[in-house]
Amino acid sequence: MMYSLIIIVMSLIMLVMAFMAIHHKNLQVAVIASGIISLFASVIYIFLAAPDVAITEASIGSALTVVIFFYVLNKIRQSDDTK
Amino acid sequence: MIRNSILILLIAGMAWILFQEFSAYHGADKLNSISEYYAKNAPTETGAANLVTAIVVTYRGFDTLGEVTILFLTAAIIGFMISTGKKTDRKPEQSNSELLETASNVLLPILILVGVYIFINGHLTPGGGFLGGAVLASAIILWLMSATGPKISHALLEVTEAFSGFGFVILGVLGIVLAGGFLDNKILHLGTFGTLLSAGAIPVIYSLIGLKVGAELSKIIIVLNQTQGEEK
Repeated sequence: MMYSLIIIVMSLIMLVMAFMAIHHKNLQVAVIASGIISLFASVIYIFLAAPDVAITEASIGSALTVVIFFYVLNKIRQSDDTK
Repeated sequence: MIRNSILILLIAGMAWILFQEFSAYHGADKLNSISEYYAKNAPTETGAANLVTAIVVTYRGFDTLGEVTILFLTAAIIGFMISTGKKTDRKPEQSNSELLETASNVLLPILILVGVYIFINGHLTPGGGFLGGAVLASAIILWLMSATGPKISHALLEVTEAFSGFGFVILGVLGIVLAGGFLDNKILHLGTFGTLLSAGAIPVIYSLIGLKVGAELSKIIIVLNQTQGEEK
């Protein structure tokens, strides 16, 4: 019971974060929200007894992708400034 | 207006289909024939304690070669498309916080060690080349961000990537010559089940995959990092 309650709460947070990632005005907040989705997904994978998938999701989804998005955002802002 | 209602209709239809699938689902009470074969014969045939690794590296090793090739192509395309202009490592405009520098000094060796542990023990514990490589790449991110310690050697990354990819294919071809087929792991002695040096060539292959994936992902990050310092 406790188990499914935790998973339901985390899924709800993921849904809210997904909504934020699409609709938030500030792009930095949107990128961080999409990283948080991966973080909670990896915790759910651990609950579902898949530690290897959880490590992949945590390191790729919430570290590498977020950093790449931030690099690209920074680059876009730079070229906007020079225009 | 019409476009929105069509969209809502489409989403409702999708939800209906998924709900039908969900309500008709009931878990299988026994393994199907392929899974049963793997579960029964993989420990004796490959000697790997981790069944997932046994399947990924030997039974479906060719798929893994394809995945590694896709990753290599992605890294090559990103490097080719993005690295224009002069290459300068980005100088941080303001010095990093002391917190980040100290934390990265402590965490970097541990992160690299964890990544290497994950892919060397891929045949024993959950893990493997791809995740080990991803953990190594996140260590490289921390290294770039904190800008402490020595510079990352680009030549070393390139040599690592080239030789590990080459070694992977060579091991596969050796499998044809010395054992049953492409990427057969019996070219080395199977050893004692459950020890580090067991499961034939699986630890070697997975270490090569881990190094290759780590080098490629790091390369992508480094190329993107270099573009930040360019003046337009």
